[in-house]
Amino acid sequence: MLPGTRACSGCGLSLAYRHILKALGEKTILTIPASCLTVLHGLYPSTSVGLTNINTAFATTAASATGIAAGLKALGKTDYTVVGIAGDGGTFDIGIQALSAAAERNTDFLYICYDNEGYMNTGTQRSSATPMGAFTTTTPGTKFEHKKDILAIMEAHGIPYMASASPAYPLDLYDKVVKAKNINGTRFMHINIPCSPGWGFPTDDLVELGKLAVDTAMWVLLEIENGVLRLTGRSRSMARSGKKKPVSQYLKLQGRFKHVTPEQIDYLQGWIDKRWQRFLQRHELSEET
Amino acid sequence: MGAKLCRVQVIAAYPITPQSKIPETLVKYVDSGELEAEFIRVESEHSALTVCISASTVGARVFTATAANGLAYMHEQLHWAAGARLPIVMALANRGLGAPWTIFNDMQDSISQRDTGWMQVYCRDNQEIMDSMIMAYKICEQLHVPMMVCFDGFVLSHTVMPVEIPDQKQVDAFLPPYVPHLQVDGPEPININPVMLAGPRANAQGVFCPSYMGFRMRLQEALESAGDVILEVGREFGEVFGRSYECLLWQYRTEGADTILLTMGSLANEASLAADALREKGCKAGVVSLRIFRPFPAEPLRQALSGAKHVVIFDKNISYGNEGATCTETKAALFEGGLQPTITNFIVGLGGKNIVATDLEAATEEALKRRVQINGPQWIGVAV
Repeated sequence: MLPGTRACSGCGLSLAYRHILKALGEKTILTIPASCLTVLHGLYPSTSVGLTNINTAFATTAASATGIAAGLKALGKTDYTVVGIAGDGGTFDIGIQALSAAAERNTDFLYICYDNEGYMNTGTQRSSATPMGAFTTTTPGTKFEHKKDILAIMEAHGIPYMASASPAYPLDLYDKVVKAKNINGTRFMHINIPCSPGWGFPTDDLVELGKLAVDTAMWVLLEIENGVLRLTGRSRSMARSGKKKPVSQYLKLQGRFKHVTPEQIDYLQGWIDKRWQRFLQRHELSEET
Repeated sequence: MGAKLCRVQVIAAYPITPQSKIPETLVKYVDSGELEAEFIRVESEHSALTVCISASTVGARVFTATAANGLAYMHEQLHWAAGARLPIVMALANRGLGAPWTIFNDMQDSISQRDTGWMQVYCRDNQEIMDSMIMAYKICEQLHVPMMVCFDGFVLSHTVMPVEIPDQKQVDAFLPPYVPHLQVDGPEPININPVMLAGPRANAQGVFCPSYMGFRMRLQEALESAGDVILEVGREFGEVFGRSYECLLWQYRTEGADTILLTMGSLANEASLAADALREKGCKAGVVSLRIFRPFPAEPLRQALSGAKHVVIFDKNISYGNEGATCTETKAALFEGGLQPTITNFIVGLGGKNIVATDLEAATEEALKRRVQINGPQWIGVAV
């Protein structure tokens, strides 16, 4: 990735993408739907990314990756990693049908969802990945529904590898991409992408916010391999130490949560705690075995 | 079978009546090893065409087949395939669109996609479907434009006819392996189909590159030049296989005809019988059947209709609020040639409504009786 991309300043995606591309290496073909990443890749006839990318329509990331994989296989070109990278809208919402189908076929490709928790490229509309309580232009009061549990959905497909990661913990992210790259079948990665304009925080808070998401367990670093869930990196050390920051620390840094009441924060904290317990239980099971 | 002879490398399809027999047959060829191809069992037509688009982009020869609502579901990707200049060939078993549901034949599905940048060929019988498939790849790969091979659902798709199957070696010689126009695994990485602006922009070397509109103009130019390519490939096909397709439209008994029945697809066969019957009654009737609908063969059509006093147009489709698409396009072609026959438009056979030669014959006689221009389409076969 060259400097001077068209991404916003302080873009979490730029940071994550740099590590993803480093981990993927040159023998990679990308396919990307309409999203922030299309913008990052640049306007014709220049591009800021040194890998071949096949742009594709919004709903089609996983189908496009399927076509690339099938075409390369038919032509005997088997030394490429095929990678589809879509935002949360392109994954949780409009692209989930094609993604589910590709995962059910166990198509040989890596799917990366970069999750900035809304339609940020079109000006901060709600997606089904937007967390409860967040302001967006289409939830001008607040969002009443929880974020869709995409990991549970993908796990139900029985794919060989899936992981969640954060650019605030780049080594963990890098290692997971390298691991995913070398597994056959459908691999799914879910990456937290703090978005300064969409979430309402100063650009220099990017890494701090990414860390807080993990430290409060709003975002959990994990991998699920052949059905076994393991916490990794920072989330793993949190499991060991038993320490977790209150979610209010994470919420108060962001404009999108500024209207949230103390009662709502309590409710959200309760939800996070329960979810964290479930992850801990599964993690401990994996430690035992 | 046509796709097999063309040695397609990636097939993606989703079942829909009356297309289902096509992927079912192809997957047997793939499983038995008779056809070396990747067969992708997708979850929708939208994904079927997407798989074809991306597989074609990396350099494979691809095939899909659909009908009706399946084609409508592909609409976004039809535009994408043509805009990306990919030589995708699709078999289309023409079927009416819901709602209300019909599984039976008309041409509303493909006509509704006429502005997507795909070429469209309409077949009269099963031999033409087979032959058109083989020619389609040769035409598409020369022009970098996709093509729909359209044929009437059930009327042709579920009808058994003797078909001469071309020899594989001859097809291989006629249709060499596909050479893509860009290399995704070349030395330089490329960002394929990125965001473009309305005006030209300079690349890193300072050379101005085309704009979005410039690319769109090139697609139109490709379709404008397609007529000649279709004729040439049709002529060459005739030389190799003995059945020439050096025409954009078919004509039957048009010499000296003052009344022309104008149709597309298998209806041409019924129209020919109707013309015979009309001739016996002393009416100088002939038939023009459009083989190619996109690019629209305006010039050959003007020539074919130059001696006609009456043109009776049978459309298995309608542009609601106006008239049948063939009628509108024919009128536009005639206007440019300064020709003014009386024109009567009949909407026929929607949702599989049976239409036979005697219906066409009676409709033509009714149109001739009036002797004046009738505004708006007339419907045949609607009792209630």
